[in-house]
Amino acid sequence: MIQFEKFTMENGLRVLTHVDKSTPMVVVNVLYDVGARDENPEKTGFAHLFEHLMFGGSVNIPVYDEPLQVAGGENNAYTTNDLTNYYCQLPADNIETAFWLESDRMLSLAFSKKSLEVQRKVVCEEFKEHYINKPYGDVWHKLRELVYTKHPYKWMTIGASLKHIEDATLEDVKAFFHKHYNPSNAILVVAGNVEQEQVKALCEKWFGPIPAGEKYNRNLPVEPKQDSPRFMEVSSDVPLDAIYKCWHIYPRTDDRYYVADLISDILSGGGSSRLFQSLVKEKKLFSNIECYHLGSTDAGIMVIEGKLVKGTDIKEADKAIQAELVRLQKEGISETELEKVKNKTEAAMAFEDMTVMNRASSLAMYELLGDADLINKELNKYQAVTLDNILEQSRIIFDENNCSTLYYLSNNKVN
Amino acid sequence: MNRKIAPPIIDAVDFKLSLKPYEFSSLNNGVPVYSITAGAQEVIQLELVFYAGNWYEKSKGIAAATNSLLKNGTTNRTAFQINEAFEYYGSYCNRSCYNETSVISLHCLTKHLDKLLPVLNDMLLNSIFPDEELEIYKQNSKQRLRVNLQKCEFVAGRLIDSYLYGEAHPYGTYSGMEDIDSLNTADLKAFYKNYYLNGSLAIFVAGSVPANLTAILNEHFGALQLSKPDYSIRQLAILPADERKFRIENDPKAVQGAIRIASLFPNRHHPDFKKIMVLNNVFGGFFGSRLMSNIREEKGYTYGIYSYLQNHMQQSAWLISTEAGKDVCEATIEEIYKEMKLLREEPIEAEELQLVRNYMIGGILGELDGPFQIISKWKNIILNDLEPSYFYESVDAIKTTSAEELMELANKYLVPEKFYELVVY
Repeated sequence: MIQFEKFTMENGLRVLTHVDKSTPMVVVNVLYDVGARDENPEKTGFAHLFEHLMFGGSVNIPVYDEPLQVAGGENNAYTTNDLTNYYCQLPADNIETAFWLESDRMLSLAFSKKSLEVQRKVVCEEFKEHYINKPYGDVWHKLRELVYTKHPYKWMTIGASLKHIEDATLEDVKAFFHKHYNPSNAILVVAGNVEQEQVKALCEKWFGPIPAGEKYNRNLPVEPKQDSPRFMEVSSDVPLDAIYKCWHIYPRTDDRYYVADLISDILSGGGSSRLFQSLVKEKKLFSNIECYHLGSTDAGIMVIEGKLVKGTDIKEADKAIQAELVRLQKEGISETELEKVKNKTEAAMAFEDMTVMNRASSLAMYELLGDADLINKELNKYQAVTLDNILEQSRIIFDENNCSTLYYLSNNKVN
Repeated sequence: MNRKIAPPIIDAVDFKLSLKPYEFSSLNNGVPVYSITAGAQEVIQLELVFYAGNWYEKSKGIAAATNSLLKNGTTNRTAFQINEAFEYYGSYCNRSCYNETSVISLHCLTKHLDKLLPVLNDMLLNSIFPDEELEIYKQNSKQRLRVNLQKCEFVAGRLIDSYLYGEAHPYGTYSGMEDIDSLNTADLKAFYKNYYLNGSLAIFVAGSVPANLTAILNEHFGALQLSKPDYSIRQLAILPADERKFRIENDPKAVQGAIRIASLFPNRHHPDFKKIMVLNNVFGGFFGSRLMSNIREEKGYTYGIYSYLQNHMQQSAWLISTEAGKDVCEATIEEIYKEMKLLREEPIEAEELQLVRNYMIGGILGELDGPFQIISKWKNIILNDLEPSYFYESVDAIKTTSAEELMELANKYLVPEKFYELVVY
């Protein structure tokens, strides 16, 4: 059971405190309710580029990192299609340094031209390192465009193209800040060796004076229900053929999400899972195969991806995957298998909650979903999943009309 | 309130750091057990550290294959049954193979520990290394290698180690397709017999530890033909390359180059080692380092650049590692040498040194959060045959190493002629 207290400030900032006196540290986590899905389709990659700029100095403080490091702290941030999260950890005695830094960049950035110029280049190198200069690096670019036709999940967090990042202007940066970075679009979590009263006082002092700003109302295009199978084939300088299959699933807060999550664990995620045992060990068609889902806030996708053993016909491999799915749809799973994936979930949650930093970011994420107490309630939601739920959802999710398939073929020019 | 003025802080160097001592016991066969009880979650981590790393193998890949296939069949259980036994209880049994040691680890809810130890016992006593399992392992290893060989950073990592230590040394060796092809079950069984069945073992436990830990471990591991490890550091001659500069084309379409600049450095027993950690942080050890500030934050040549000391027992190396745009690789290397020169010629200013000290101490304070992190510090001390005071001496080195000493160290070690230089693109 993870204890926390919540209050909302007059300017709309939601604040959660989680006290843990066993650590000498404190974590200050600020989540902004903005991700790549909120971007203009002509200016993608912006939420993430903006995250970099948040370290380029704020209105009263020329640099973010140094004062935090002097206080013995460290920090990082990440952007997803749904949200942007900033976190720092420092000795509890120096907690006020984090309030000073985080409140100033919520108040306003310095909007430095130099910072924008440098970070554009840095993000372009990040783009190259992860998505161009790696075999199969562009696969998610292609998959998202295949699976999503309307919803902005159709582009990656890093952006749809290098050009969008290269073209970003200081005006874009300012507009984005004013639209999304204000107390009413943010959640602050303070966790570790603190007192509730201390957090309240520090919040009033540092965040209280920040104007509420305008609450951003999200109104995204809804992805229409897929009504026929989709297929794409590409050929590239990669050593092995690979197959990717995707199916639409449910929003993060839908009860059927938990069923889908357990189905992915049944199919993969260990040496005794179905796809590994059948397709890697017994049939020897794949050298590795995984099933997972993206865990996104809006309706996400279930994915099966695998690399084929050299010499295997890709259509045969695809059929073998489908045969496993049909088996699931016809026979369902055993009581033991269900117990296994529930046990796995229970253990995974216990391990995840070991560090204060994880607890802080989980609380922020659950609060964004609408209820921070989900951190304590979710295990019960998994425990409530029945054999019938699994059977029913495997039939609905793995419907062929809900499926997009990508064959990523080797042109055999390497190795 | 003036937002331009930073709130007062307590210098992290004024904090008193303490490393929680471990509990020690010996099993009936002499196997040492080190444990840390801490943390609110009812979870436990058990690490079985065998002296069965690639140091001991007669030909490439045997140690890693043996370690990996410990989970692929015993006289009592198939690979599937072993996996299911662990996964049914939501636990993870992982294997990893290093140079001196190889590790089998178990992570589980403490309430399930008693059901899982018999499976570990079975793996340590009755593994059979079936031919079919080895064939799958070989095939999948080759497939993985094919993909990795296309990545410049993977190729660069292998090559730089081979230049530093020589390909014949366990730290510099790497496997090719033909090495994987020649693996056979007879060699694996012989390795298993020598280094697991009759090997030496140390056990590290952390988390919510049961009160009768020693009794439970004795039941499952205390009667095996195992012995207490000899922790003294082994020595094997290294054979560094003569040539110093390498440019390798791996992928004609590459848009970035993987840069590795490296020089041999003594192991943790050397008196300079603890102080060098401070110099390394100033140079390239964290986000606020000189290399990062200059090459990423000033010039935008890379997404990230770091320097670090390799985590080896016998002989270490100091590395600078980055992936930079293909057209700016040479400019990046030039800047790296410029930063070395600055450290040799100008003392680090008091403000910067204080920042780095505070950052490092704060980092250690953060790393002591939780039982797994604490046992990992102890494991490092024990396996490297260091004094128990090593942790405190390292903290002292952070607090007291002066700018003059750091400049002397830079003149001793950050000398371009001592470094190998490699770009793979």
